[in-house]
Amino acid sequence: MRIAYDRSACQGHNRCYLLAPELFDVDDEGFAILLVEGDVPTELEDKARLAADNCPEYAITLEG
Amino acid sequence: MSEDETAQGEAGPRPSPTDWATDFDHTHDDYAAAAPEIWDDLRGRCPVAHTDRFGGAWLPTRHEDVSAIAHDTTHFTSNSVIVSDFRPSTPAPVGFAPPITSDPPFHDFARRLLLPAFSPKAIRPLEESTRILCRSLIDALLAEAAGPDGGPEGAVVDVATAYTQHIPVGVIAHMLGVPPEDGDRFRLFIHRILEKPGQNGPTDTEDTMIFYLIQVIEDHKANPRDDLIGYLLNLEVDGKQLSDDHIIGTVALLLIAGIDTTWSAIGASIWHLAQHPEHRQRLVDDPAVMPFAVEEMLRAYAPVTMARIVAEDVEIGGRQLVKDDWVLLPFPAANRDPEFFDRADEVVLDREKNRHSAFGLGIHRCLGSNLARMELRVALEEWMARVPDFELASADPSAVRWSTGQVRGPRALPLRLLRTATPSPVAVAS
Repeated sequence: MRIAYDRSACQGHNRCYLLAPELFDVDDEGFAILLVEGDVPTELEDKARLAADNCPEYAITLEG
Repeated sequence: MSEDETAQGEAGPRPSPTDWATDFDHTHDDYAAAAPEIWDDLRGRCPVAHTDRFGGAWLPTRHEDVSAIAHDTTHFTSNSVIVSDFRPSTPAPVGFAPPITSDPPFHDFARRLLLPAFSPKAIRPLEESTRILCRSLIDALLAEAAGPDGGPEGAVVDVATAYTQHIPVGVIAHMLGVPPEDGDRFRLFIHRILEKPGQNGPTDTEDTMIFYLIQVIEDHKANPRDDLIGYLLNLEVDGKQLSDDHIIGTVALLLIAGIDTTWSAIGASIWHLAQHPEHRQRLVDDPAVMPFAVEEMLRAYAPVTMARIVAEDVEIGGRQLVKDDWVLLPFPAANRDPEFFDRADEVVLDREKNRHSAFGLGIHRCLGSNLARMELRVALEEWMARVPDFELASADPSAVRWSTGQVRGPRALPLRLLRTATPSPVAVAS
């Protein structure tokens, strides 16, 4: 599983950061920063799904 | 946000709407009492409702339409976001209270000045003082509550006035550097602006929020301090300070947007828990569910309906919206759309898929969302820790009074306290 994060769609709701801080950090203005490159560690796949399923702006999509 | 605080509108009750699809009035007491049922009814038979009141306004209730409007800054302007009988007189793209009343490109400038002060990491240090505030409020109300045995068990307490209303006032007053003792004045100003906009009759100039804020800002200039107003006064952009009008408008926004909204969310959540013993038990048994429960309460009881003005004619949901029409953006109605959410009318405490829009959508996403979310979570955690069991004091729904206008929450919430717990001796966790 890979995560695609669309910075242009992000409005800083911070749901991903609250649900999956292992996968997302947040910058000084409150926009998300994707922390993982490449495949999501298996044990974090559920958290990746939570982050994607709770983004009000559909800025996070999962591939694979 | 409206600059018509002193406008002399009609006073007294308006006629009841005859049909919500063609004559809605969100400032009417009938709407306050039954808004969720009205949205559900409209979504089924007239998903973009209209009224001739307010000089012409629309009310979409489907998530799809609310989202489309919120994301469209071409056909819709934010020049005024509180629907009233008066049209805004402060020109776009700045508006009266930047950035909420601003449009691109100015909006981005005004918003980025404020974003760092409201990021999750900036808000986290406020949790401890919020927790202490909640504990002291509960201490005070339990000390005064006298049930049949003299103790708090069995006593009836209006939680809207004894608890929930004081939390956001204390937090925002601290952030802005204004006295929390002025809370009653803030709430009066906000009540006039939000609940019956333009319908309050004449107001003395010295009794307005603007007059109050001018004094507060002059005081900050004379006695500089390290708070959010001090930050705004010190800001220099391209070597220039912000104008006084910009600062006054922004401080007005932070005060108005931060108080009734969060008060409403905390109150509505406690109102829900008072009627659902299984949800109270779940929160006691499984504290890890709280972050999900907070988002679900925000979905189910989102307090805030925003508004836009049509900037260019546009079709929404099959209706033709014409330039200068008002459009309400009822995010709480979008949050209950069964086309978008499974079991939309049900509170699912651990809902795992929850793209709610309680804080809006698009570029105007609530600046204070992290602050509001923290206040709601801490207020519920502290309440449940001390009062794990409670119920509505009356079976009569009218005993709970809901606010009118675009911010919906309980303004009277009499509860019967069934069981209280001793305060935790543990130090405040952060």
